[in-house]
Amino acid sequence: MMSAPAGSRRATHSTATVLLLLPGLFVLAGMFIVPVAQLIIDSFSDSAGAWIHYRRIAVVPVYLLVLARTLLVSAVTAALCLLLGFPVAYRLAHASPTGKSIILLCIFLSFWTNLLVRAFSWMVLLNPNGIFNQALGLIGLGDSVKLVYNTTGVLIGQTQILLPYMILPLAAVMSRVDPTLMNAARSLGASPTRAFLAVYIPLVKSGAMAGLVLVFTLSLGSFVIPALLGGPRDMFLAQLIEFNINNTLNLSFASALSTVLLAATLILYWIGNRWFQLGQVWGGR
Amino acid sequence: MTSERLASHATSVATAFVCVLLLLPTVAVMPLSITETNFVTFPPRGFSLRWYETLFTSDAWSGAMVTSFITAALTTVVATPIGTMMALGLARLKGRWVGIGNVFILLPIIVPTIVTGVALYGLLARLGLIGTIPGLVLGHTVLALPFVVINVAAVLQKFDRRIEQAARSLGASPLAAFRLVTLPNLMPGVAAGALFAFLTSFDDFVIALFLAGIGAVTLPVQMWSGIRFEISPAVAAASTVLLFMSCLLLLLQWWVKRR
Repeated sequence: MMSAPAGSRRATHSTATVLLLLPGLFVLAGMFIVPVAQLIIDSFSDSAGAWIHYRRIAVVPVYLLVLARTLLVSAVTAALCLLLGFPVAYRLAHASPTGKSIILLCIFLSFWTNLLVRAFSWMVLLNPNGIFNQALGLIGLGDSVKLVYNTTGVLIGQTQILLPYMILPLAAVMSRVDPTLMNAARSLGASPTRAFLAVYIPLVKSGAMAGLVLVFTLSLGSFVIPALLGGPRDMFLAQLIEFNINNTLNLSFASALSTVLLAATLILYWIGNRWFQLGQVWGGR
Repeated sequence: MTSERLASHATSVATAFVCVLLLLPTVAVMPLSITETNFVTFPPRGFSLRWYETLFTSDAWSGAMVTSFITAALTTVVATPIGTMMALGLARLKGRWVGIGNVFILLPIIVPTIVTGVALYGLLARLGLIGTIPGLVLGHTVLALPFVVINVAAVLQKFDRRIEQAARSLGASPLAAFRLVTLPNLMPGVAAGALFAFLTSFDDFVIALFLAGIGAVTLPVQMWSGIRFEISPAVAAASTVLLFMSCLLLLLQWWVKRR
């Protein structure tokens, strides 16, 4: 039997906990959970049948093309981020404090620059009359290379914006690698390349996977970069959603598209959390 | 040994390249705004502050800046106390509630902003709040709450609970102990959370794109129409203002953390 004072103290404790959580729960439930649930319900409640919008997405080639392109460009973005982010993460994890500060400063200055500002800046820099094409012109390639308003532009912008999400989790895993393990492999006769491939890579693989899932997931929902740096053929799912709200005013079809994006994101997040400790990445930001 | 040195040089070059890539758009935007020309060029031609004049005198641009400031300030005022309370509440949870609470509070970050935007559009359209500042504040509060909670929770984790217990055992009421002991110790986290909330609201574009309507156009939404219809150097001037705000708030945050 529980003694009365302890029981009442516990009751006060949990009452206080509930009271502290209540305003936040109220805001998140009312302004987030309920509207998102309503969005999912709306996507199924058309007079022509519950699945009509989803059937339309699955059958109309244009929508399938947008879906496929969103997935493909996001996958390439994730791969590019790993390719470019790996050496930076390695430096960040193993550099001197000064080197670390410089790299972190670059990452955070970029990270905290408004997305729209960076997209606008890229539009000007990658313009056919911009500095990159002028530089390419000097070596005789000026007119042949188009860097913006096409898939190249989207990939440049997406990679630049999502790189921090690859570098930071990867560097976090790399900095936990015990350096004596590499030395042990070397002293047992492994070449530097072999020690790197057989010892280092397996140890940091989980960080790379977390980064890949994170970048891919974030890229799926991108709107600003494909809208400003892509051409008419580079439409992302998010642009299709926006178009259906602000142009064709088809809220229930936009809801169905949003539900598809939401489902993909939550499944990927679940996979990332289950196998690659993605949750720590979010919390650790 | 040579292959190792080669690898080391290669990572240095790659790192330098990526750092330049990361900084380039941030650094390039400021010079764009001081051009004398009617169009955006890089490098800029001449020196003129006329686009800042446009920014501060035209109704569309200055109105957007005022809307952004009011929205961000109100979001901060709403999200900071609610988020602080939530962090305190989450820290008291036990067992499996801890995991559930953490996922719940991170959901607004996990769910793509465009989905949140569409969902809020549906709700606020029914309530007649599209194109109003209260509507925007409600939307931005959802985005800002997780950042307040994360910042307060980070400080709370390092907070020595025994100080609070000492105050209680010396006769302070729970509320007095909280007000006089716990809260002052949490202030750096609360302040950092407030700065994050302000910046989240001030920087948001996707939510505002759906909720701003024609009555509550924020600076990023105004920039969007500026970019869409004519690439005016006024957009570069507005970008510089956004950049300045980010730097200011980050410096403030750094200063708060140091104290």
